[in-house]
Amino acid sequence: MALIDLTAHELKDLLQKNKISSEELTREYLNRISILDEKIRAFVTVTGELALQQAGKIDQRRAAGEALGALAGIPMALKDNMCTRGVKTTCSSQILNNFIPPYDAAVTERLLTAGAVLVGKCNMDEFAMGSSTENSGFFKTKNPYDEKAVPGGSSGGSAAAVAASEAVYTLGSDTGGSIRQPAAFCGVVGLKPTYGVVSRYGLIAYASSLDQIGPLTKDITDCALVLNEIAGPDPRDSTSAPVEKPDYTSFLSNGIKGLRIGLPKEYMGEGIAPGVASCLKQAAAKLEELGAVCEETSLPHTEYAMPAYYIIATAEASSNLARYDGVRYGLRIQGGDIIDMFKKTRGAGFGTEVKRRIMLGTYALSTGYYEAYYLKALKVRTLVKDDFDRAFTKYDCLLTPTAPTTAFRFGEKSQDPLAMYLQDVCTIPINLAGVPALSLPFGLLQGLPVGIQLIGKAFGEGTLLRVGYALEQNSALTRPRPDRLGAM
Amino acid sequence: MKITVSDTEHVAKLARLDLSEQEKKRYTQSLNDILGYMEVLNRVDTTGVEPTAHVLKLQNVFREDTIRPGLDKKLALDNAPEQENGCFKVPRIV
Repeated sequence: MALIDLTAHELKDLLQKNKISSEELTREYLNRISILDEKIRAFVTVTGELALQQAGKIDQRRAAGEALGALAGIPMALKDNMCTRGVKTTCSSQILNNFIPPYDAAVTERLLTAGAVLVGKCNMDEFAMGSSTENSGFFKTKNPYDEKAVPGGSSGGSAAAVAASEAVYTLGSDTGGSIRQPAAFCGVVGLKPTYGVVSRYGLIAYASSLDQIGPLTKDITDCALVLNEIAGPDPRDSTSAPVEKPDYTSFLSNGIKGLRIGLPKEYMGEGIAPGVASCLKQAAAKLEELGAVCEETSLPHTEYAMPAYYIIATAEASSNLARYDGVRYGLRIQGGDIIDMFKKTRGAGFGTEVKRRIMLGTYALSTGYYEAYYLKALKVRTLVKDDFDRAFTKYDCLLTPTAPTTAFRFGEKSQDPLAMYLQDVCTIPINLAGVPALSLPFGLLQGLPVGIQLIGKAFGEGTLLRVGYALEQNSALTRPRPDRLGAM
Repeated sequence: MKITVSDTEHVAKLARLDLSEQEKKRYTQSLNDILGYMEVLNRVDTTGVEPTAHVLKLQNVFREDTIRPGLDKKLALDNAPEQENGCFKVPRIV
């Protein structure tokens, strides 16, 4: 097997046994990026020189006999909404096109401290608003399985980079499905941890009560390894949960005999492509074969999650994005007076979808509408969360599709915001409830990957990894590969 | 309820967004479509339901009131579109 096909845990062994050096591995990845990324376009910025420096340092430390972490010397990439000191961080927006953060995000700091090698920053929907990465202010990222198909979004660059082996793993952020849906479309593993498990310090905010950072990886073991590095309390994020993290790899070999798994019927209704539904049934059958008990259940408020989400998320966004005013960083367009400068800067710097969501959120919070929209949505959020709380008194986890379809084509939904929003119908309720969810590949439909989603109770990442691992070890359907890449 | 172009202009003013005539039309249409869809929430009885602003059971997170190093002034200003005498420079306000 070629180096670029290996997972982080396989590479870890080779590095620790001195079979390869980090520099050699990093050169392999940078070479791969220079050949492939003209077509895939997963990266906004490639940090080749920095990566080689970091790799060289790790090799020296290893040669000096230092004990290094599991991810030391392994090339990775970050979504371009995570701050990297001295490396441009754009959120794929024209308004931040020249922004060079003076500090590292908590996740950047943790990974670099663990010896990770940063090869670049990944393209995304501008300010993480979108489900196809078509809303990037710069360019479109292609799905490594089919260049006419979107990679999903908003972490489309992060998912495509892993699928195309342009990075061993990446981080994405997930506000309503932005890690899981692109993971599903690109045939990789994506985890949205429980709200509060990973520090959001230095993550450019979209909707603060929903945003969470998580890994996109080639397999479940890598997911656990990356989560081990990035999880845990951080005093710089006041919404960081004061809960000590377990060793997530310790859940991987427990088997799933006797686990109770619920299949909410609301996630199998109209709008779910028949092929996706049939993959889900196959997954459920496999879980039963492995000793789990699967049965249908109900989360009755599911249909209200989407409208509630688009009120809450846009309201929070309208407030969070007020900071882009051309004063302290980013784009400035001069105007007659300061208000004019604000308006011109924001009018020119934000793209169509970002402005649409700022408008929607501003409206929902404006005098006379606050109670009808925002407060109503917060109450519905309680009901959605209660559904999950009730389900988890009976089940260890829930199984659903990650997205209603496989990757769609460029332009197919970009003119119709509501059609695009419906992409996230299976992932949004999870963010409202704040619980963790894992997407893993399970089969291909006409050459495109299908993702299934495991949803757990708060801080129940271990159970999701355990179930995901059992499926992965027992079904080849969890390991699709983009065959077409050879031709690209 | 129908959003008019003049409502859109009002919201754009609140949001400090300069919109072209074409954008005003586009967002008026979007707001009507999306808010129309949001009407389904009115079918849900939320009498007596507490709102959830966030899911963590955390209130006021405190830390010791001790001095810690902050961001260096030069670093803080490095990204400024315009600066003067160690300050962010903006057009005249008063």
